[in-house]
Amino acid sequence: MSQAPAQSDSLIIAGQEYGSRLLVGTGKYKDLAETARAIEASGAQIVTVAVRRTNIGQTPGEPNILDVLPPERYTILPNTAGCYDVDTAVRTCRLARELLDGHNLVKLEVLGDEKTLFPDVVATLAAAEILVKDGFDVMVYTNDDPIMAKRLEDLGCVAVMPLAAPIGSGLGIRNPLNILTIVENAKVPVLVDAGVGTASDAAVAMELGCAGVLMNTAIAAARDPVLMASAMRKAIEAGREAFLAGRMAPKRFASASSPLTGLFF
Amino acid sequence: MQIEINGEAAEVEEAIPMAALIATLALTGKRIAVELNGELVPRSRFDQQLLGPGDRVEIIQAVGGG
Repeated sequence: MSQAPAQSDSLIIAGQEYGSRLLVGTGKYKDLAETARAIEASGAQIVTVAVRRTNIGQTPGEPNILDVLPPERYTILPNTAGCYDVDTAVRTCRLARELLDGHNLVKLEVLGDEKTLFPDVVATLAAAEILVKDGFDVMVYTNDDPIMAKRLEDLGCVAVMPLAAPIGSGLGIRNPLNILTIVENAKVPVLVDAGVGTASDAAVAMELGCAGVLMNTAIAAARDPVLMASAMRKAIEAGREAFLAGRMAPKRFASASSPLTGLFF
Repeated sequence: MQIEINGEAAEVEEAIPMAALIATLALTGKRIAVELNGELVPRSRFDQQLLGPGDRVEIIQAVGGG
């Protein structure tokens, strides 16, 4: 039996189908032009943005991130980055929904401390519960903890997004077995969010069966962000196809690839 | 009367509607969202929403972020 071709292998989040399994952030780029070029090269359809105070009167006419990433073309995923408590995370989501004309999809992260940017999972659970009840489709950043991932899914989050490693660290997947367990337990899409450093990390996440990967710094902090965005697109596709293909069982010793019969020497 | 806009003190006329405040800041029609004292004010209520002394207004926008 052959698997369906990659084109029909859609990612479905909150009832919406996406051809790309790579989700990208829009922070840390040199300028908006580079942001737009990198996101174009990544092929991503879902892009995250942050919500911050408008500069009052200081920079009139300053271009806005939504000018280069029109919501008609991209699914804008507002995040609660920088929120350290339930109230600010919930307020941020409500502001984002108003900003995006009632668009309900949000990325929830409630952080625990500035050194690790690990999630405060107690506050994350509390905020997720409020947001789900308020009609949001919540994609939630969490630890690589299968128990917490399940709790968040049970609360009604539409996707669970365990970290691979600390945000912006580029350390790759530190605990692949936990990610595998989270994937095996889940009925909602599991996406690795944060900690990917290079293309092979993204491929590993996909080979573990993740539905997608969300990254920002791995692309934005590469020497050539546009080229890295393209590499990440291919790594996500390669990893997904490898997962669907089903890898060979690893063996300790060699197994000849050429026939052992018909030898003439 | 004095209010606070994005954490900065500002002097505005008594009972100014939110829509007028947004207009004086040249933000009418921009992609923004607004909170008054920690509560969201939908765009549809900008005309009716009058401001009082000491009100805290937050005006936010989308920026690049992960």
